[in-house]
Amino acid sequence: MRVTVIDYKAGNLTSVLKALRHLGAEPEVTDGELSLVDSAERIVLPGVGHFNATDRLDSTGLTSAIREAIARGVPFLGICVGMQWLYAGSSEAPGQPGLGYFSEQCERFPEAQEKVPHVGWNSLEVRSGSRLLAGVEPGEFVYFTHSYKGPVTTHTAAVSQYIVPFSAAVERDNVVGVQFHPEKSGATGLKILNNFLNWSSKGTSC
Amino acid sequence: MLTKRIIACLDVHDGRVVKGVQFVDLVDAGDPATQAARHAREGADEIVLLDITATHEGRKTLLDTVRRTALELFVPFCVGGGIRSARDAEQVFEAGADKVSINSAALADPMLIDAIGRSFGAQAVVVAIDARRNPEAADPVRNAQVFVSGGRKPAGRCVVEWAREAEARGAGEILLTSMDSDGMRNGFDCELTAAVSEAVSIPVIASGGAGTVAHFAEVFAGGKADAALAASIFHFGVSSARSLKEELALAGIPVRLPC
Repeated sequence: MRVTVIDYKAGNLTSVLKALRHLGAEPEVTDGELSLVDSAERIVLPGVGHFNATDRLDSTGLTSAIREAIARGVPFLGICVGMQWLYAGSSEAPGQPGLGYFSEQCERFPEAQEKVPHVGWNSLEVRSGSRLLAGVEPGEFVYFTHSYKGPVTTHTAAVSQYIVPFSAAVERDNVVGVQFHPEKSGATGLKILNNFLNWSSKGTSC
Repeated sequence: MLTKRIIACLDVHDGRVVKGVQFVDLVDAGDPATQAARHAREGADEIVLLDITATHEGRKTLLDTVRRTALELFVPFCVGGGIRSARDAEQVFEAGADKVSINSAALADPMLIDAIGRSFGAQAVVVAIDARRNPEAADPVRNAQVFVSGGRKPAGRCVVEWAREAEARGAGEILLTSMDSDGMRNGFDCELTAAVSEAVSIPVIASGGAGTVAHFAEVFAGGKADAALAASIFHFGVSSARSLKEELALAGIPVRLPC
């Protein structure tokens, strides 16, 4: 399985690559080589840090290449900031547009007694019918570290609660995103990554 | 619900896990990769590897240890000890760590926090603070002092103020070790942990003094810790993270279970 992992210089890819290899995939990293996106069987956009970093996707032409790959039906997974990028944008970087695959905006957690960032293991409320989260039982835990989050919408595949309910995972056709870090979420995270790798182009998970 | 983290800590010297009381009298406690995998399997929410080797040769051994340990580890993995520059941090990240913990190097050059945070994100920067209460001050907790050199030398900084500065510079978490409590198994310094946790918005990991399950419950409730570090309670088969968390759940502390 050829998995193209997008490097936009936002943090460290080692953990994601390690988890993909552990599951038998052959990840290839690109920071601008568009042919690797054109030939990809799977695309993974990891990312930690600031939403601003995604401007590099536009300047390298990766945004257009990814948009075309998604239109061809190539399964796409965004992780953390990579999931937020699927939205129209984020109040973290108001001038920087996201892909707009989901029309809403990402926002910072509201001021409350609880700390922001949201760091640690939190549970998932999985909505029925999610292919990405097939086999994930109610209340299974995954690891989060973030201050901004996507709203709960019709495309939300799992909800988590911290100050407010937010989208822990989104899913629409061949495009999925997770706010948590599946590569750091133990057996649950590996199960989710494995679902993504085994996603068939016909739209069923095996 | 967000849960309290139980973090297994491995002190490593020359590629071996060791344990000592207040950083002296070290005893061999196994292979880091094997121990880390065992802790993750037994329910630890995170692994911290603290290298206490000072030599140049030891640094190369460390990168190899980090690589071997990270290979089959799919929970957050933090590495500390001897990281003096952004380049040192980069090598540790490339070897497979998700976070680095910096201590005396950050005190010597606070810009190091900014530099690592800029390149790898705040979530990757843990600032470790070795603290002692200040018995001469009217408020020994609020005036707790930062120590360096394994707790032997005062750094001339107040703990709460240094934690705030670290957060402002882009640290993602504070690892607070009470040097008064470390290795004594008499409980965490809950008052000190609460003082720091209330002063910052980033998570505070409490360290030093764990001896019983009740100590963990106390530092999560009264101490307002977001996570707690444990080394000696896990070694030599005393307990596992899973059994610890099962008992914490009974005490009403939210933890990741089943795990």
